[in-house]
Amino acid sequence: MVNRQVVGAHYGLRDWLAQRITAVVMVIYTILFLVAVIRAPQLDHAAWRAIFVPQWMKLASLLFMLCIFMHAWVGMRNIFMDYVKDISVRLTLYVVTIAWLLICTGWAIQILWSVR
Amino acid sequence: MSPRPKYLNLLQIRMPAPAVVSILHRISGALLFAALPVLLWWLQQSLVSPDSYASYRSLFSGWLFKIIALVLAWAYIHHVLAGIRHLNMDMHMGLDLHSARATSMVVLALSVVLTIVAGALLW
Repeated sequence: MVNRQVVGAHYGLRDWLAQRITAVVMVIYTILFLVAVIRAPQLDHAAWRAIFVPQWMKLASLLFMLCIFMHAWVGMRNIFMDYVKDISVRLTLYVVTIAWLLICTGWAIQILWSVR
Repeated sequence: MSPRPKYLNLLQIRMPAPAVVSILHRISGALLFAALPVLLWWLQQSLVSPDSYASYRSLFSGWLFKIIALVLAWAYIHHVLAGIRHLNMDMHMGLDLHSARATSMVVLALSVVLTIVAGALLW
């Protein structure tokens, strides 16, 4: 029988991989976004909004933000694991972080789809 | 000979460049996480209406928000560059001491340069 402890090591491969995949997606979006901004005629409100009008840009931006939130969860959890030794405090921070990132997800969708 | 240190005093040890990149990667990441509500708020204000866009722009007329924006720009740029260095090392590129030091110097310098460029382009 495999003895898996709650605090055991070597169970992080999935998160390790997710951290890298989300990073690559975010780099690609960053380049795409910079190209869109540079190609805008001039940066006033209309041109700025126009960047986010196409459906594919909304979806790409949402994917970028979901990657940020997943990446931030893994990163913040690593920070909590390193510095917060009290289990109950650490668990509370985990729950608050996840809840906060889910709230940000809803907020991000609201912002992106308000652009018509 | 001075006595050997019993613990690592972060204020006394001299961190090599890769260690500086590493801790700044962590600090910039935490900073960006803390700034999420501000960034989403800025995005919302800039998109909602011409009026909200104007008030969003006027935020940056003062030094406070300019400095906040520059710090966050640095955090993003440093985090991306250090992350790319990280991905390369995952693929076993630049692992020897000499190139690890060299690439961390590049990350430190380039992130400052690109932050200055970003600031110059924004204002």
